[in-house]
Amino acid sequence: MLHLILFAIFGGICAGAALNMVVQKHPINSALSLIVVMVSLAMLYMLLGAEFVAAVQIIVYAGAIMVLFVFVIMLLNAGEEEHTKGSRVAMIFGFPSLIIGAGVLVYTLVLKGGNTVSLAIGQFHGRAEDISDLLFKNFLLPFEVTSVLILIAIIGAVLLAQKGGAE
Amino acid sequence: MTDALTFILTAVVKVLITIFVLLTAVAYTVWLERKVVGRMQNRWGPSRVGPFGLLQPLADGLKFIFKEDLTPPYVHQFVYILAPMLAVIMALTAIALVPIGPTITIGHITTPIQITGVMDANGHDSSDIGIGLLILLGITSISVYGVSLAGWSSNSKYSLLGSLRASAQMVSYEIALGLSLVGVLMISGTFSLREIVRQQQGGFWHWNIFGGFQFVAFFIYIMAAYAETNRIPFDLPEAETELVAGYHTEYSAMKFAMFFMAEYANMITVACVASVIFLGGWSGPIPSFLPPLLQSLLPVFYFLLRVFFFIFLYIWIRGTLPRFRYDQLMAFGWKFLLPLAIANIVITAFVIAVRG
Repeated sequence: MLHLILFAIFGGICAGAALNMVVQKHPINSALSLIVVMVSLAMLYMLLGAEFVAAVQIIVYAGAIMVLFVFVIMLLNAGEEEHTKGSRVAMIFGFPSLIIGAGVLVYTLVLKGGNTVSLAIGQFHGRAEDISDLLFKNFLLPFEVTSVLILIAIIGAVLLAQKGGAE
Repeated sequence: MTDALTFILTAVVKVLITIFVLLTAVAYTVWLERKVVGRMQNRWGPSRVGPFGLLQPLADGLKFIFKEDLTPPYVHQFVYILAPMLAVIMALTAIALVPIGPTITIGHITTPIQITGVMDANGHDSSDIGIGLLILLGITSISVYGVSLAGWSSNSKYSLLGSLRASAQMVSYEIALGLSLVGVLMISGTFSLREIVRQQQGGFWHWNIFGGFQFVAFFIYIMAAYAETNRIPFDLPEAETELVAGYHTEYSAMKFAMFFMAEYANMITVACVASVIFLGGWSGPIPSFLPPLLQSLLPVFYFLLRVFFFIFLYIWIRGTLPRFRYDQLMAFGWKFLLPLAIANIVITAFVIAVRG
């Protein structure tokens, strides 16, 4: 029961903040809404029992990446956006495709939802130990390859920055 | 139903006591700082209000409440009000995760002396959140927003420069801070702060700083923690001679007091975490002839003793060292502390692997 109430609260906040992010005119308000989305998503992970993922979500996304976003907005001193009337293509294709997408989601979740399994808290293993077992035993190679990929991206960023500074 | 009611009531009582003690501690840390720095500079410090100036925090608090709370024109209203609230909320939340002592029994209720601690199903062992340390780091990383948003929304160049400095500094030193804890995490094999303390019981040679050979990590942690809490020698964000007061230049009355409270509460939290991670938390000798209540409160005293030591160290360093230059600060963080922390991790991992 408590589980359901918490899900309703954080799911509602998450959806509301996501909507607010798109609607807001000022970039800092959008960034703040995005932070709220990240944090409430972390709470939803926590409700699922994936506590490690929840903590990492807060540290990495809400803490590190969004700080950079806010930082850039602060440095550029970005003002309010000017709203265009909206392109006609978006009006014609946007809303129908939104309705179709939502319809497909509802169809699969409600009508095809018979073969889902419901789990109680604690049955789903998302603790740090479980995740590290998976990462360092079963999926060691993909994990290491991903870290090399990130290293390449870092080196690329450093190179690009140096090139700009030399000229 | 009575079980649930007891649970909620104990939780509420624990929260109220902790908040009360923390806020009092914040007030008297300010007093202690003024007094000790005064002595170091050959003057008296506060001495007029009450004996030894002990009522000075009360007078300061009253003054803050009765000051005019003015909002400068052209600020970003919503963010301007949100920022100090965010700072103080995050600072007060962090203390909930700190294990202050073992269990205490009052009447027929036994509960751990920690807000997020619970008794296990068998009623003998206590445990807390499995990822306590990670949540603490998460709260630290969220609290950067309080500072950066305050500076941006004030619409003043001093505030903006101060907050840019502050957020760059906090983001940079957060990495060194996190990495300095990794060595201890590898030794203890858990994120649960209660479990980390439990593994360090039984004499100071079991503490992670000595027994785990983590004194380098301890040094890195202390340095990074000073930078995280914007204290001398890393108080660049509020360098008076350059920036008036940094990110809270445009704040007055209670809003300014909120930043002030957040800074000192953060100092106390950082001290708590240092004692838990490196100095064995509440461990210390407990004579068995004492009454049970005193036996469970003595560890809390040992814990607070460590916290007091760290607070005193903060003040001592404030009275001793001058301020860094900004490029020195960044170079120190990125070129010295970070490689040192990584080297510490590698060596610790190597030793653990060799020992088996």
